[in-house]
Amino acid sequence: MDKIKQALAQNSKMQALILVLLVSVTALSVYMTAKSVIAFLLLLASLLLLYYTSFSNKVKWIIGGVMLILVIPFASSGGPAYESYMEVATQSGIYIAMALGLNIVVGFAGLLDLGFVAFFAIGAYTYGIFSTAQANHFIPGDLFPISGSAFWLFIFVGGFMAALFGVILGLPVLRVKGDYLAIVTLGFGEMIRIIFNNLEKPVNITNGAKGISSIKPPNLFGFEFTHPHQFYFIVIAILAFVIFGVKRFEHSRMGRSWKAVRENEIAAQSMGVPLIRTKLTAFAVGASFSGMMGVVFAAKQTFIDPSSFTLLESITILVMVVLGGMGSVPGVILGAALITILNLQVLTEFTNWLNQLTLQGVVHIPFALSPSKMQRFIFGAILILFAVFRPNGLISVKNRRVNEKLIQERISSASVQKVNPQSGGIAQ
Amino acid sequence: MILKKVALMISVSALAMGLLAGCGTSTSTSTNSTTETTKPSSAVTKSVIKIATQSPLSGGSAVQGEAIKLGAQMSLDDHKVEFDKLGFELQLVPYDDQADPKKGVANAEIISADQSILGIVGHMNSGVAIPSSVVYEKNNIVMVSPSNTATEVTDRNLKVVNRIVARDDFQGPAAADYAFKTVKAKNIFVIQDKTAYGQGLAEAFKDAATKQGATIVGYEGITIGEKDFNGVLNIALSKKPDFVFFGGLYAEGGLLIKQARDKGITAPFMGADGWDTQGLVDVAGDKVKDALYASISTDITKTPDGMKWADQYKSKFGKAPDGYSAYAYDCMTIILNGIKTASSADGGKVPVREKVRDAVRATKDFQGVATKVSFDGKGDNTYAKVFIYKFEGPKYPGTMISEVGK
Amino acid sequence: MILNILHSLPQVLIDGLALGAIYAVVALGYTMVYGILELINFAHGEIFMTGAFVGTGVLFLFQSTGWLSGMPGWVAYVLILAIAMLFTGLLGVGIERIAYKPLRKAPKLISLISAIGVSFVVQDLVRFISELRTGNYIISGITLFDKNVTIGTSSLGSWLGDASLKTNTIIIIVVAVLLMISLDFFINRTKWGVAMRAVAQDRETASLMSINVNKIIILTFFIGSALGGATGVLFAQQYGTIDPFIGYILGLKAFTAAVLGGIGNIRGAMFGGLVIGLLEMFASSNLGLLTNGSFGSEYKDVFAFMILIIVLIFKPEGLFGKAVKEKV
Repeated sequence: MDKIKQALAQNSKMQALILVLLVSVTALSVYMTAKSVIAFLLLLASLLLLYYTSFSNKVKWIIGGVMLILVIPFASSGGPAYESYMEVATQSGIYIAMALGLNIVVGFAGLLDLGFVAFFAIGAYTYGIFSTAQANHFIPGDLFPISGSAFWLFIFVGGFMAALFGVILGLPVLRVKGDYLAIVTLGFGEMIRIIFNNLEKPVNITNGAKGISSIKPPNLFGFEFTHPHQFYFIVIAILAFVIFGVKRFEHSRMGRSWKAVRENEIAAQSMGVPLIRTKLTAFAVGASFSGMMGVVFAAKQTFIDPSSFTLLESITILVMVVLGGMGSVPGVILGAALITILNLQVLTEFTNWLNQLTLQGVVHIPFALSPSKMQRFIFGAILILFAVFRPNGLISVKNRRVNEKLIQERISSASVQKVNPQSGGIAQ
Repeated sequence: MILKKVALMISVSALAMGLLAGCGTSTSTSTNSTTETTKPSSAVTKSVIKIATQSPLSGGSAVQGEAIKLGAQMSLDDHKVEFDKLGFELQLVPYDDQADPKKGVANAEIISADQSILGIVGHMNSGVAIPSSVVYEKNNIVMVSPSNTATEVTDRNLKVVNRIVARDDFQGPAAADYAFKTVKAKNIFVIQDKTAYGQGLAEAFKDAATKQGATIVGYEGITIGEKDFNGVLNIALSKKPDFVFFGGLYAEGGLLIKQARDKGITAPFMGADGWDTQGLVDVAGDKVKDALYASISTDITKTPDGMKWADQYKSKFGKAPDGYSAYAYDCMTIILNGIKTASSADGGKVPVREKVRDAVRATKDFQGVATKVSFDGKGDNTYAKVFIYKFEGPKYPGTMISEVGK
Repeated sequence: MILNILHSLPQVLIDGLALGAIYAVVALGYTMVYGILELINFAHGEIFMTGAFVGTGVLFLFQSTGWLSGMPGWVAYVLILAIAMLFTGLLGVGIERIAYKPLRKAPKLISLISAIGVSFVVQDLVRFISELRTGNYIISGITLFDKNVTIGTSSLGSWLGDASLKTNTIIIIVVAVLLMISLDFFINRTKWGVAMRAVAQDRETASLMSINVNKIIILTFFIGSALGGATGVLFAQQYGTIDPFIGYILGLKAFTAAVLGGIGNIRGAMFGGLVIGLLEMFASSNLGLLTNGSFGSEYKDVFAFMILIIVLIFKPEGLFGKAVKEKV
C-alpha cells in the first residue's frame, strides 16, 4: 500500500489521471442529479486534491482557475439546484476573503481580533446607505440612491472605509497587547454593532434595527446582477485579487515584519521593525478585504441590519482561521469553505433529513438536539480540539526551511562554481 | 511526506466515494433528467407536493416559531386525504431560519432548488422575510406569512409576498387608539427592544399616540437578552407616566412588567403580538395581571369552531395553540387552496409555481380558523384586525376586550 | 435636569449597587485565574450562567419533591448556593483539566482560543439540557424572597426620592460582601492563600519552595468558579428569568471591572465591580436626560466598553494594580 502511495506521489501523470477522473465523475454527477450535496462537495474536494498534487504552482493556478470559472458553474447549472449551489459557493467566497483578512491580523501578525465582523459591517453599510434613499436623511439634495453601476467603485470605497476604520480603531487599540487586545477588539466590535443598531436618532444614518432594504443590485452596462450565480463571478474576481494580494504580502518585507512581530515584539522592534506601523498595516489590510466583501454581501442580500454582524460572526471567522491553520493561506481557504458549507448545507440538509424521519415516525429526535442548532457547540468543540491537539490547523504553514543537505552540496560545489548568495541555501 | 500520504488517502477515498455517488445517483437520474429538460417540475413523476415552513426553531423566539410550524403541519395533515384523491402526496419541509437573515436567504435558495416545493408558510420575523422574499420572487414561490407586521414586507410590491395579519402601521395605531380613548392615557412612556420588530411597532405607536393628542414622556431602548431593566424603569419612574407601551418580545416584556411593579410603577403596561404567548405569563408570573396586549391574532377559543380546532390541536401536539398557530394553519390552507385551484385549471396536473402564486394572491373571502382573508394588490389582508387583550390573572391567553377593524 | 437626576439618585444607587455586587463577585473569578495563569478565562461568564441554571434546577427539584414547602426560605437559599458552588467549582476544575492544562506552555493566543471554545460549548450544553427538560431555554425560576422594602431617603431632603428594593437585593449585597471578605481572608491569612500568591508571583520558584503548583492551580479554578456559580444563583434569584446567554455580556462587564481594578488584584476587582455597576446604572438612567434624548439608555453598553478601552489604553495596570515591566 505504501509503495503504491509513494509511486503515486512521484508520478504526476497518475495524479493528473486521478484528478481528471474525480473532476469528470463528480462534475457529471452534479450535472445529472437534481440535487446531490455529496457530489457537489466532492467536486469542490477536487480543488483540495489539486492542491496536493505535485504539479508546478503555475499549472495548479491555471487548473484551479478553470475549475472555478468554468467547470463548477457549468456542472452545477444542470439541475434546479443551480442557484442553491451558487449561493453556497458565493457565501463561501465571501467568508474565504474575510478569513484571509483575519488571517493577516491573527495568523501573520499574531493580533487576536475578536471584533473582525465590524469591518464587514462597515463595508456593507457603506454600500447600503448610499445605494438606497437612506443617505438622503443626512445629506441634503436628494442625490440618492446612486445607480447600481457605482457598485464597482464601491467595492473599493468599502474596502477603503474598512481600512480607514481599521487604522482609526487600531491607533488606540494597538497600544494594548496579547489577550487584552482580544477583549478590546471584542468591545469595539460590539460597540460598532450597537451604534449601528441605534443610529436612527438623533440623525438617521443607519435606520437602526429596522435595517436598510431594497439595496440596489450591481449594474454593469445595463446588465443587473441579481442571481447568486452572477454574484459568484464577482466574488471569484475579488477573491482572486485578495489571494494574489495576500500571497504578495506574505513574502514581502511587510509580511516578514508581521511575522517578526508575532514571534517577539521586542526582538522585532530592536531589529528595526516599526511596531505601530506594522500592526496598523495588518489591521488595515485585513479590514479592507472584509470591507470589500461587505459591499458584495449588501448588494447580494439587498437587505442589511445589525443582526448580521454579531459576535458569533466574528467567532465563526476565527473558527475558520483556526481550523484551517493560522498563518496558512491554503489552510484558511479550506477552513472557511468547510465551515460555510457545514453551516449552510450540511447541517441544514442533515436536519431536514432527520425531520423527515421524525415526521415519518422512523426515529424520534428531540428538537433540542437538531443539528442545525448545534453551530455553537461544533464551533466551540473545533476551537478546543484544534487548540489542544492541532494548533497548526488542517494545513499548517509551510515555513521556508533551511535545507541542510542542499547547503552542504552547494558549499562543496562552491569551490568549483560560484553560488548566487541570494537564492542559495534556501529551498521551499 | 506525511502530507503526501494524507493527500493520497484523501484522493483515493474521494475517488471511491465519487464513483459511489456517481453510480448511486446515475440510476435515479436517468429517468429524472430527461423529464427535467422538458419540464421544470421534476416532481411530476411522483406527484409529491411539498410546502415549506420557515420560522425560527431555535433561538429566543423558538416557541412562536415552533407554533407556526405545528399550525402549518396540522393544516397539511388535515388536507392529506383530499390531496391523495387528487393524486398528490403532501409533504411538509420545516426550515429553521434561526431568525437570521443570512440563514433565511440560504434556506430560501435551497427551497427554490426543490421544484416540488410550491409554497412557504413564514417567516416569523420581518427582518428575515424581507431579504428571503427577494429570492422567492425570483423563483416565483408564493409566501404567506402568519406574523410579519413590518410595512416594508408588502410595500415592495412583490408578487409572491402575502400576509394575513395586520401591518405595523395598523397595529401600532390601534394600540394607541385604545390607550388614548379607552384607558384615557395622557402621558405615555414608550420602550422598545431595538429590534426591527420592536422599533417598527414602537414608532408606529408613538406617532399615532402623538397624533391623537397624548404626550410621549419618554422613548427609550433596551438591549434584547438583558435581564436588568432598572435603568430604563428608573427613567419611567421619574417621568410618572400613566401608560407604558413596550414594542418587543415576551422575555424582555415579562421582566419589564415584573421589575416595574417591584419598583412601584403602577401604570398599565401594554405590549403587542410579541406578548401573545404563554412565555409572558411564565416570565412575569402573577405580576402579569392587568397587562394589556394588542394582538393580530384573535382568541379562537371564543367561537365554537375555534374551540374545536384548539382541542384538536391540543390532542395532536400535546400543547395548547400559541398565538400564531391558528394563523399558520390558515396560511397553509390558503396555499393548499391555491394549489387546488391552479391544479384544476391545469387539468389536474401539478401546477407550476407561477400559477400557484397568482391563485393565492387571488384569494377572496376565505374563511379560516383565525381570520377571514382577502388579499389586496400588495398581498395585505383586507380583513386583518387588531384585538386588544387583558390579562386578568397569570393565565394565557388573556381576555379579549376590544377589536379594531379597518 | 440636575434636580431630576438627584431625585432618582437613591434608587439608581441601590440598583447600581445590586448590579455592581454581582459584577464584583464574577470579576473575582477572572482576577484570580489571571493572577495565577495570566490567562483570561473566557468561559468564566458561562460558569456563572451554569451556576444560575444549577441553582434554578435544584429549586425546581426541591419543589417537585415537596421539600421546598417544608423548609424555611433561607435554608433553601443556602442549600442551592452550596450545591451550585460545588457543581460550578468542579466544572471549573474540569474545564481547566481539559482545555487549559495541555496548553500551559503554548502561546497565549492558543489558550485564549481554547477558552472561547469552552465558552461556546458550555453555552450550548446548557441549552441542550434546558431545552430537553422544558422545551424552551428561557427559564423562569422560583423566587424565594420576593418582598419589597422602601427606604425613606426622601426624609433626608425633599429633593431626594424614595428608593425601593427587593429583599433579595439585600441578600445579594450581603452574600456578595460575605464571599468577598472570606476570599480576602483566605488569600491573605491562610497557608493556601500564601501558596496561591507565591504561585502567582513566580511559578518556578514557588515549585522549588515545595508548593504543588498543579494543586494550587486546581484550587484557584475551584474557588474562582465556585464564586462565579454562587453569583449565578444570586442573579437567578434577583431577576427570576435566565437563559444560556446571560454569561457572555455579563462576563465581559465583569472582566472590565477586573481590569479597572487592576487585574490580578482581588480588592481591585471588588472595587471595579461596584464602580462599573454604579456607572452603568447611572448611565442607563440618565444618558437620555443628559443628552436631551439624542442618546438614550440603549448606549449604556457602549459606555461600559468605552471605560474598558480607556482604562486599558491609559492605565493598563488598572486603578490598584502595579505596572509590570516586560522582561526581555
